[in-house]
This record gives sequence, structure tokens and C-alpha cells, in this order.
Amino acid sequence: MTALEQTLDVPSASSAHGLSVQVRRVSHAFATKTGQLPVLDDVSFTIEAGEFVALLGPSGCGKSTLLRLLSGLDAPREGKIGADGVRITGPDPSRLLVFQDPTLYPWRSVRQNLAVGLETRGVLKAQKGRVDEILRLVGLEAFADALPHELSGGMAQRAALGRVLVNDPRLLLLDEPLGKLDALTRMTLQEELLKIWQARRFTSVLVTHDVEEALLLAQRILVFSDRPARIIRELAVPLDYPRRRDDPAFVALRQEILSGLAPH
Amino acid sequence: MTGIDVARPTAPPLARWTVAPIWSEGLAAALVWIGAGALTLAWPDLTPWARTGLWALFQFALAAPLLALSLAGASWTLTGRLKPAGRWLIALPLALSAWQVLTAKTGILPLPFFPPPQSILEVYTDDAGRLVESVVHSLALLLPGYFAGALFGFAIGVAVGWSKTASYWGHPILRFVGPLPATAWLPVAFFFFPGARSASTFLIGLSTLFPVAVLTASGVGSVLSGYYDIARTLGASRSFLIRKVAVPAALPHVFVGLFMGLGASFAVLIVAEMMGVKAGLGWYLQWAQGWAAYANLYGALIIMALLFSGLIALLFAVRDRVLAWQKGMVRW
Ligand SMILES: Nc1ncnc2c1ncn2[C@@H]1O[C@H](COP(=O)(O)OP(=O)(O)OP(=O)(O)O)[C@@H](O)[C@H]1O
Ligand SMILES: [Mg+2]
Repeated sequence: MTALEQTLDVPSASSAHGLSVQVRRVSHAFATKTGQLPVLDDVSFTIEAGEFVALLGPSGCGKSTLLRLLSGLDAPREGKIGADGVRITGPDPSRLLVFQDPTLYPWRSVRQNLAVGLETRGVLKAQKGRVDEILRLVGLEAFADALPHELSGGMAQRAALGRVLVNDPRLLLLDEPLGKLDALTRMTLQEELLKIWQARRFTSVLVTHDVEEALLLAQRILVFSDRPARIIRELAVPLDYPRRRDDPAFVALRQEILSGLAPH
Repeated sequence: MTGIDVARPTAPPLARWTVAPIWSEGLAAALVWIGAGALTLAWPDLTPWARTGLWALFQFALAAPLLALSLAGASWTLTGRLKPAGRWLIALPLALSAWQVLTAKTGILPLPFFPPPQSILEVYTDDAGRLVESVVHSLALLLPGYFAGALFGFAIGVAVGWSKTASYWGHPILRFVGPLPATAWLPVAFFFFPGARSASTFLIGLSTLFPVAVLTASGVGSVLSGYYDIARTLGASRSFLIRKVAVPAALPHVFVGLFMGLGASFAVLIVAEMMGVKAGLGWYLQWAQGWAAYANLYGALIIMALLFSGLIALLFAVRDRVLAWQKGMVRW
């Protein structure tokens, strides 16, 4: 055990494919024209390796900011963030973020967009079939050679998801990745996501506005307050997969969350 | 193939016998060209011009393919290409006839400032050798300077757009020196360089360099930060970020710079040829003006317009290919 691991208080069992995540007393703020804008306020939580956690919270509270910190793109103002007990100091292909906005490279075809990670790591030739495999998984094999401007909003989001999955991440950070999809595609992709997660056992952190989506997918739900975000509730979802929306336990949990979110 | 072979719908046999529709604008254009040729022949010149007959023949010769296309081939692809130009094809012989009447036939517009079309044709038949030579010389002076300037400008632009240090030193220089028209350096350049040619090449390069550098730098500087974020999480190196993210994202700006640089380089080319280099289209203009050979002057201007607009069209064709990924591109 490293010294950092001790200070971050890592839970046991980190042998799985997934990374465990330690967030310790993290606060964050942005400098704006009108002064400091506090966004995260003393947030602490732990995610076990291979766990699926959903983050629920009002718009603008700081969920995307938190995911950027977990990906290592930004460093928190205060507090520590670790993966498998090692402090996160920068981005790494083992921790990948599916951005809220797909942001595909418009000059690359869908296939080339999915291949970016293989290219940067110099394994494109060795893992040629990988891109096709993921194209099929996200249902874009017919659009492999299309350019991003030829895709619908939902297809672009699926491509962005595929671009990350190609790299077989150990921590998957999802920022409302299904937000722009119609109800039917959304359900299919939720099932797919669940299957991929069950097969690969990476750690998953899903930001969503949709209480049902959180209940369908996550083993645990963290509910955040308005900005600056604090954790106001933590809720285990002790239901077996695949979950059913009409299951009385599911309905009860949804009711419980919604009543907690309602303005008093 | 394993799929079911679906029969293609074939045209009913009757269609073979129906008359192909006539391209009426093309027919009108052909008739106007014939009329313009007839006018040229029938109305005697005030003072006979050597190429009046050839000018009439030229106009008849243009009418012939138009006639054939309008009657026979409304469905040919060539006709389809020409169709949008229909009204221009009618207006052109009308304008040429008006010019001809005002000059050769009536002399309302006086010589030597207003030569008739047949005298410009005469320039092309009798002075072709020197004109071709001038075009070759102009291109030989323009292209090396332009490409060198574009290359250096692009490299400087990427550096200034990417690196804080390069930006700190490079940006003020670009801002301060860039607005100077390259022709203003002419006296200095002719002094420092061994010959007029090398000085002109340098100035053409300079006139291209500034717009390309400034636009490339602004293109690299305005790349969406999300493009970098994604590449960074996926483990991209700095070189990948520059080559595969910054540069492609900046290319639309780069092409604007290349376009502006091309226009600036034309100006420098002509001035340089007039001032020092004793060859090329600029020099031809100078020479024609010295001899009050206005037909040669206009003839050279027409060639220059064709050459320069052709080069710009070429640049835009390259841009359209390279930037085919852009949606809703502005056409020139
Ligand atoms: N780079 C930045 N500079 C300044 N302020 C920022 C920056 N990024 C985010 N913010 C601010 O931080 C707050 C939280 O933003 P964030 O994107 O994390 O919200 P969110 O919870 O993801 O919201 P949503 O659910 O609408 O996506 C917002 O008020 C936003 O204006
Ligand atoms: Mg967000």
C-alpha cells in the first residue's frame, strides 16, 4: 500500500477491471468576471471497483465539473481525488469521459472518430477489428464512413460513446450520454450499456437528469444539492438486473427520490 | 450477388420516338451569335480592320455548337452544364455587337482609346508568341514566391497560434509589419537583393506570408477547447494535438489566408514586373502603354483576368476537396 492509498482510505478488492474512485473533501470554484463562483462544496464519496453509480442533481449544480475533475482534465481547488488509491494528476486513457456535447471531429468520418484513441496510443494497426466491433455495438456500422454533420443528434451521441468504448476504459464517466435520444433508442442503449458494463466490469459514473434512468442502471445514486453542489442523499438500489419499471420496489424507490427532490 | 435481382424500370418504347425538348435559351443564344457575325460582315468598317472577317467567323463558330446542343441534346450533360449560363450566352454577343458598332462601324467611341473587338483578336493572332511568353514568365515568377510564402506563413501561423512564446514575440510583429503592403518594400528589396527577380520573388512571398500567418494563427487559436480535451483524455501527445487537432480545425481559416495572399501576390507581381522585371504580363502592359497600343493593353488585361480568376478557381477547387467535411460552406 502506498502512502497515498492510506491517506485516501481505499476500500478493499481493487483487483477487478474497474478502477475504484476516492473523492476526499473536494471543493471547486471558477473565477468569473463577477468574482469566484463556488461549484463544488466539500464533496466526499467513494466508488468501488466495478460499481455503477449515478449522479443526480439540478441543472448547473456542478455535475459536469465533477466529471471533468474525475477525468483529470481539471484539478480541484481543494481536496484530493484518487483512482485505485493513486492521486489523479492528469487525463489518462484508462479514465474516459463521454462529454455532454458529442464534439466529434467534423473532419473525420465516424470510423476515424472512433479510432482516435487507438491512434494516439499507436495501436491502430494491431487492433483493427476493434473499431468495427464497437461500430456494431452502438449501431452505426451503416454510417461508418459518414461525416459527423451527416449524423442526427442521437447518432452523434452514440458515436461519442463508441469513441470511448473502443479504448476499453477502466473508469467510464458518462455525462448525460443518452440525453438527446428518443425514448426507444434510449431504452435500447440503456440495455446495451448495462450489458457492456456487466461484461467488462469497468467502474461507471453516470450523470443524468432522469430518475428512472438512474434507477434502471445504477447500484447507487448520489443526489446533489443546488450549486455549490453538496451530496444531500445517498441511496442504494438493491434490485437485480434487468430491472423493470413496473416492479413495485422500483416504483417505491422512484417515489422516494422524487419526493426528496420536490421543492419544500 | 445473392440479393434478388430487381428489374430496373425501363422507359416505354414509345419514348424513343418522342421529340427531345429544345433548349430554348441555347437556341436564342445561337441565333444572336449568328446575328452578331452577320452584322460584323454586312456593315462595313469605317476604316477597314484586318481581322473583321475572322471576327465574324469566330462568332459563327461559337453559334454552331450552341445550335447543335440546343436542338439535339437538351439531355446531354454538357447542355446541363451550360444551361445556367443561358442568359449570359445571349447577352455576350449583344454586348460585343454594341461595342463593335460604337467603335469599328460608327466611330462614336474614338480611337486609339477604344479599339474594336477585331483589333483585340488581331493582337491574339499576331502577337500570340509574346503573350504566351509573358504568361509563362508571370507564372514562373508568381508560383515559387506564392508557395514559399504560403509555406512559411503557415508554419509561422501554427507556431504563433500554438505556442505562448511564439505568440508573445510573433504576434506584435505580425500586427505591426503585416499591414504594410508588400509593394512598399519594393525600393528596399531592389536594393538588398542581387536582381529584380529574386527581389520580386521575395516580395511576392512576403505578401502571401502575412495573411496566411495571421489567419492560420487565429484559426489555431480559435479551436474549440473540447477538441483538445477529448484528444487529451484519449492520451494524445503534443504532436498529435497540433497535427491532428489544431491544424485540421484551423484549415478553413488557412484557406481564407491563402485566398487573401493570392490576391495580394497578384498585385505585387504586376507592380514588380512593371518596375524592374523585364518580362511577364505586367511588363507587357507597360510596354503596350508606352506605344499607345491600346488593343494590346486590353488584350493583355483580358488574359490577365482569365489567368488570375483561373488560379483563384483552382484554389477554391482545392479548398472544396480538402474541406469537403464542412457543412454549409460559403461558395465563392
Ligand atoms: N469553465 C468554466 N468557467 C466558469 N464557470 C463555469 C465553467 N464551467 C462551468 N461553470 C459554471 O459552473 C456551474 C456548474 O456547471 P456544470 O457544467 O458542472 O453544471 P451541470 O451540473 O453539469 O449542469 P447541467 O445538468 O445543466 O449540465 C455552472 O454555473 C457553470 O456556469
Ligand atoms: Mg452538465
